[in-house]
Amino acid sequence: MKIHEYQAKDLLRAAGVPVLAGKVAHTPDEAAAAYAALGTPVCAVKAQIHAGGRGKGKVKGSEQRGVELAKSADDAKRIAAGLLNNTLVTIQTGPEGQVVRQVFVESGCAIDRELYCAILVDRAAGSPVLIASTAGGMDIEEVAAKTPELILAEPFDPDRGLAAYQTRLLASKLNLPTAAWRHADTFFRKLCQAFVDLDASLLEINPLVLTKDGTLVALDAKMTFDDNALFRHKDITALRDEAEEEPAETRAAAAGLSYVKLDGTIGCLVNGAGLAMSTMDLVKLHGGEPANFLDVGGGADVNQVTEAFRIILSDKNVKAILVNIFGGIMRCTTIANALVEASKTVGFTVPLVVRLEGTEVEQGKKILAESGTSIITADGLTDAAKKVVAASKA
Amino acid sequence: MSILVNRDTRVICQGITGKVGEFHTRGCLDYGTRMVGGVTPGKGGETVADLPVFNTVAEARDATGCNATMIFVPPPFAADAILEAVAAGIELVVAITEGIPVLDMARVLPVVNDSGSRLIGPNCPGVITPAQCKIGIMPGYIHTPGHVGVMSRSGTLTYEAVWQLTQLGHGQSTCVGLGGDPLVGSSFIDILELFQNDPDTHAILMMGEIGGSAEEEAAEYVKHHVTKPVAAFIAGRTAPPGKRMGHAGAIISGGKGTAEAKLAALRDAGIEIAESPADMGAALVRAIKRQA
Repeated sequence: MKIHEYQAKDLLRAAGVPVLAGKVAHTPDEAAAAYAALGTPVCAVKAQIHAGGRGKGKVKGSEQRGVELAKSADDAKRIAAGLLNNTLVTIQTGPEGQVVRQVFVESGCAIDRELYCAILVDRAAGSPVLIASTAGGMDIEEVAAKTPELILAEPFDPDRGLAAYQTRLLASKLNLPTAAWRHADTFFRKLCQAFVDLDASLLEINPLVLTKDGTLVALDAKMTFDDNALFRHKDITALRDEAEEEPAETRAAAAGLSYVKLDGTIGCLVNGAGLAMSTMDLVKLHGGEPANFLDVGGGADVNQVTEAFRIILSDKNVKAILVNIFGGIMRCTTIANALVEASKTVGFTVPLVVRLEGTEVEQGKKILAESGTSIITADGLTDAAKKVVAASKA
Repeated sequence: MSILVNRDTRVICQGITGKVGEFHTRGCLDYGTRMVGGVTPGKGGETVADLPVFNTVAEARDATGCNATMIFVPPPFAADAILEAVAAGIELVVAITEGIPVLDMARVLPVVNDSGSRLIGPNCPGVITPAQCKIGIMPGYIHTPGHVGVMSRSGTLTYEAVWQLTQLGHGQSTCVGLGGDPLVGSSFIDILELFQNDPDTHAILMMGEIGGSAEEEAAEYVKHHVTKPVAAFIAGRTAPPGKRMGHAGAIISGGKGTAEAKLAALRDAGIEIAESPADMGAALVRAIKRQA
């Protein structure tokens, strides 16, 4: 789960990590009032969307950038008006962009240097790791590819946190003035503590700023949380902004389905994540484009399968649907009955190709054959893929 | 011979009194697995599927002599269940539970690594040595005894591969589901080492997926340490970056974990690639022929 920058900063502030003062605004007038209330000569007005790359991103049909400096209340008002309720396109939003529903007006500070810092769980190390670099404000993936020696990585135990020597190592390699080392020690340790306490999966500070008075400040903050740990963080769950999420994905999650919308024309309904990904690959291999990833899970019932079809059909690009089930614990008869039931209640407007294999497959195929529905059955993966691609282009 | 489990493996189920735990305990019993008991705190003294239930793993171990455990404990308590099994000295810990917080696993893994226990999973279908021992949720009948070692990060894709092998007349020595989470107890490399050293395994089929670098590390290991034929399939070639594909671990982030990078590494190690999920069994056959 993702949250907005201003929400991440509220969480970091509460955890003792230095961030600048700021206020959220939903209207241009609120932005002007926020500027006045903050009382610093320069403020940043920042679009709040769940995607990064805002500074370089532009509002559709204008030159308005996603982040801009304001030197007066009128400035703040003008920038906010340029952003609010408009669509911001960044490198991460895709060409369709994301509507800006709120802006964050934040105090300025005297920047000496811009650094980079992030925390994530490193699979190879099997632990969280703090990444830092002197190359702040830049695309960190590019830095990692071109100048890997500029990337520092310090793994840490979730319960012990960073050791003092690790923060000294970071401070030294980041060329921080020795007078700032103690401050840096506190900063990095609290950041790691916040990551662990909040069960984050990514905490990225880009840029991390060394101010002219020798302190570190989180100028930006991007936070993603471990969905599996949200059960113990009701307060974080409350920060969810469904307006930022794909409606069909939210709906699928509520039904216990795992769905990701894609851009193609062939809807996919599969049991198991690995098989679902493979089914998408198979469609592509035979000249089609998958419209979605959808994993109904191991024990889907008629209601879930019906809801899955409704979600797939809510995507107007879908021209045909491929159902690929390897019945293990889930019997093919169960899924066949669910398919027939769903085809009656949902009412298919596009061809439906079904490939069943596994437990009770013969009885399952019989149910489909005798159902009187227009379901196209397939034998094997390749046959299924060819049939659904042909059906989508018919 | 086989790896990890055989007909002598004595298995308990942690979470046996839950609906799912009981269902799959019966499934394993039906397959012929030597299930010897179960654990649910507070329900010691009860019986499930005619098996004794204990309050703690240590008590179950003392009473039954179990050397493997299958964990169905709900996610909030699953990490603790793994620690309990490790503390009781259970040799093989198979965690089926899906949805364990990743930092819980970051706390558990160092303890497992410093112990004599081996952890498979979490978020995995389990381990099966056909006709001998099934620990997990896979449908037993698709498997046939034989000489292909199978390992995978995903469940139903493994069934698909095993089914293809069985159809082609290639039985399996042991099939291992590693799990779809970012942090799991055993890697491809751990299992490759066991398959390489198992005289009964003559060839290896692995199914990877996008995200992380486990497949690249496996390729490197195969290049230097594995002499048996290896075939591989990578799921998620069409997955867009930044989107989690069901498994928490299946996500391309920061330009890392792409299918292309994995396929390149596997090819470089001389591994036979299945271009399509329909081609997994056939790829294994090609790998065997190539080395013959």
